[in-house]
Amino acid sequence: MSPAEETSARTSARNGWILSIPALVVLGLAAVGPLLIILLYSFLEAGTHGNVVWAFSTKGWSQILWTKDIFTDTYVWADAHLSILWRSVKLSLLTTLTTFAVGFPTAWFIATRPPRQRAMWLFLITIPFWTNLLIRTYAINEVIRNEGILNVLLLKLGIVSEPLHLMYTDVAIFTGMTYVYLPLMVLPLFAAIDRFDMRLLEAGYDLYAGRWQILRRIILPVVKPGIIAGSILVFVPSLGAYVTPRVLGGGKQMMLGNLIDLQFGQGKNWPLGAALSLTLLVIVTLALLYYVKVANGEKRNG
Amino acid sequence: MGADIAISVQNVVKAFGQGAAAVRALDDVSVDIRKGEFFTLLGPSGCGKTTLLRLIAGFEMPTGGVILLDGADITNLPPNKRPVNTVFQSYALFPHLTVAQNVAFGLQMLGQPAAKVKARTDEMLALVKLDTFANRKVSQLSGGQQQRVALARALAPAPKVLLLDEPLSALDLKLRQAMQIELKRLQTETGITFVFVTHDQEEALTMSDRIAVMSNGNIQQVGTAKDIYIHPKNRFVANFIGESNFLTGEAADGALKLATGETIRVVGLKAGGKITVVVRPEQLRLGAENDGDLKAKVRTLVYFGTDTHCYLSLSDGTEIVARLQSPASGEAGLAEGQLVGIRFADSSVQVVED
Amino acid sequence: MARSGFSVSRLPGFATIAVLAFLALYLPILTLVVFSFNSEVTMGNWGEFSLVWYQKAWANAEVKDATLRSLTIASLAAVMSTVLATMAALGTTRRAAFKGQTLIYVMINQPLMVPEIVTAVALMIVFGMIRTLTGIHGLGYLILAHAAFCIPFAYLPIRARLEGMDLTLETAAADLYASPWMTFRRVTLPLLMPGIIAGAMLAFVVSLDDVVITEFVKSAGQDTLPTYMLGQLRRQMTPEINAISTGLLLITVLMLTAFFLLTRKND
Repeated sequence: MSPAEETSARTSARNGWILSIPALVVLGLAAVGPLLIILLYSFLEAGTHGNVVWAFSTKGWSQILWTKDIFTDTYVWADAHLSILWRSVKLSLLTTLTTFAVGFPTAWFIATRPPRQRAMWLFLITIPFWTNLLIRTYAINEVIRNEGILNVLLLKLGIVSEPLHLMYTDVAIFTGMTYVYLPLMVLPLFAAIDRFDMRLLEAGYDLYAGRWQILRRIILPVVKPGIIAGSILVFVPSLGAYVTPRVLGGGKQMMLGNLIDLQFGQGKNWPLGAALSLTLLVIVTLALLYYVKVANGEKRNG
Repeated sequence: MGADIAISVQNVVKAFGQGAAAVRALDDVSVDIRKGEFFTLLGPSGCGKTTLLRLIAGFEMPTGGVILLDGADITNLPPNKRPVNTVFQSYALFPHLTVAQNVAFGLQMLGQPAAKVKARTDEMLALVKLDTFANRKVSQLSGGQQQRVALARALAPAPKVLLLDEPLSALDLKLRQAMQIELKRLQTETGITFVFVTHDQEEALTMSDRIAVMSNGNIQQVGTAKDIYIHPKNRFVANFIGESNFLTGEAADGALKLATGETIRVVGLKAGGKITVVVRPEQLRLGAENDGDLKAKVRTLVYFGTDTHCYLSLSDGTEIVARLQSPASGEAGLAEGQLVGIRFADSSVQVVED
Repeated sequence: MARSGFSVSRLPGFATIAVLAFLALYLPILTLVVFSFNSEVTMGNWGEFSLVWYQKAWANAEVKDATLRSLTIASLAAVMSTVLATMAALGTTRRAAFKGQTLIYVMINQPLMVPEIVTAVALMIVFGMIRTLTGIHGLGYLILAHAAFCIPFAYLPIRARLEGMDLTLETAAADLYASPWMTFRRVTLPLLMPGIIAGAMLAFVVSLDDVVITEFVKSAGQDTLPTYMLGQLRRQMTPEINAISTGLLLITVLMLTAFFLLTRKND
């Protein structure tokens, strides 16, 4: 490289940094940096009235799984936490599976429309995607609550004599999450199917495959990156869900997000809240890393 | 250096990438381009012609060497400080500006007063016959019209040198031929030095005052169209420009002795040892079997309208093509399998470097 | 073609599921909108078409305050994040890969990857500390937090637009004597504008919709429309909430329509 070439390469890299720094500062202050505080807080002692006492302690972490029985002074499994963890994972997995079962046909349907129609269907899936999560949760609430439209209709039609008590159950949370996260599954699936070469299907049928074999042996393997992207996009926010379980679970059926909230509120156990936050963060990061690995692998093979 | 040199490229090297992976796009290139000439850089893709043009424009920095404009060193000047303008292959017209705004852009950047900008813009649009399109968006123009806007835009600031990067490659054949004439007219009218990059030999031959034939990051030969066609310096140039028959053999007594034992007289041949000569297909004359320098057998005849291509083979299997003018009857008077004699005019045989 | 009866891309039952999915997506929202116009409080009774709940919401000082606050925060956060995202996009696209570029990408996209509740409690702690230390209260904390998580949303369309932009246009401007600054002002910026506007609109919508981070960062009396609604959902619900939701919904749909037209037209 001549000196002039070197200078221009250095200038380019320097400008790249200079232009990015203001955004990085804001992100550092209000997004990335504060995460470090959580790490710190998870190793401190809980204050009696909330906040922390500046003393090292691993209680925040151990309390995720064990709790001290105040009568016998022994450590026992923290059943409440474990059941909430289990509910979070269970409902998130169920939500992911259901959104896939519904979302894949939907994405396929959109991608196989004629171009003009396709834009319209895509727009129709995008509106709920960008609509306020709270409004969408509230809309589900309007359908399933005791005085909601579902019960009104069922009662009027005489199908039930008592309103169905759906609110504040796992079913309610699951329904709500499936509803609010469905667009997150459809969009990446659509992107993958849209790139799918339909001539592969002609080749498949030409080679005597039936519809089911076509789906299982050709379509699903080829659009796998889209399936994984969609699953991660649904699983990650489901696991960290806060608004939907709060509104539809009503504080009785908690998920991880609500448990964290509780520690910073009435629970007055900030270190435990911090440790739970980090646990959530680690699970989510692992899921994302898995996705990156798979996506990169596909890129190399493709 | 003479005062009539517009651009002087001296020992320019351009490498892309670093270390072992580095590719030398230009490998020690030197050339002088004269003032007011239509100079063409001709070569296959990847030969370095566009890189050389971009170095002159200032879009790239050379790895080594010097570039002079009117005797002044411009090697490290940024493009906006060089009195040189470019017509891009993709035209690169600003889609958010009208035709007139595109043409006025350079003048405005030079800080010329509005009245002068307006006058010059109108003048340029008239020059490329687009005066009635001044307020159109560029996306509303056809390919040929966009091409002319690109020309007007690059000519408006009256650059010392106009660089043209395969500007006609996106046009269809008819339009391309019309634009070739148009370009030549513009060059004559404005008197500006044109440096034109193309891979199309016909384009180069018809338009240029001088041509530099490039390959593998080097200039193989510089000369007028006739020079290069009639006296190609080496096999690459002969092959790239026009069709060629190559014959290789031993030099002996001012003649080329082929493997078949036959000889061809080569005017002014001094060297000894192994040599290669080139003969253009249209320079070959066919006659009776015993009436020629070489004996050959007609393999295939292909009728092309104006001429007929006759594929021949010598007694050792060497293949030769002759291009014969088709007579009115359409019959060349030859039959496949027939034995003929090939005659060479003295001036048609040229020794080339291998 | 259509008459052949066999389409390779048809899979049995898929169209039915898709149509049902769209119905399932829209019916609850439609229900919510329809009942915002019901003069009665309960869903069991349809009185008559009425705007009474809109009037009530409009007359509610808390709602008015929250609306104004939401719009203020969303506008400022959108402007801030768009300016920062535009700069970062210019810094990270269309130049030779440089050291640390991946780090910048990860930082910018971080708000998309970290669960909101985690960022929310982290900000609550940090901003709480700063409040105690400096005694400064006010909307600044919310605006800063919103600006941060809006950056990736503004960044994506701007970057997409930049990457689709023909680099030779800028080369051409430089060739025509434009200095780097003039090239930016006269060529890059005008061509980038649709992307910037699209980014700003996404940022605005995202900020306007935020619940979790706002809920944890706000001080008393700093309710935005979504946190106000969240508070109301625990109490007695009246169709006033439906009216507010419909209003928010309308803003989102308008923004999205504009966004689609903007990004489509200039392809």
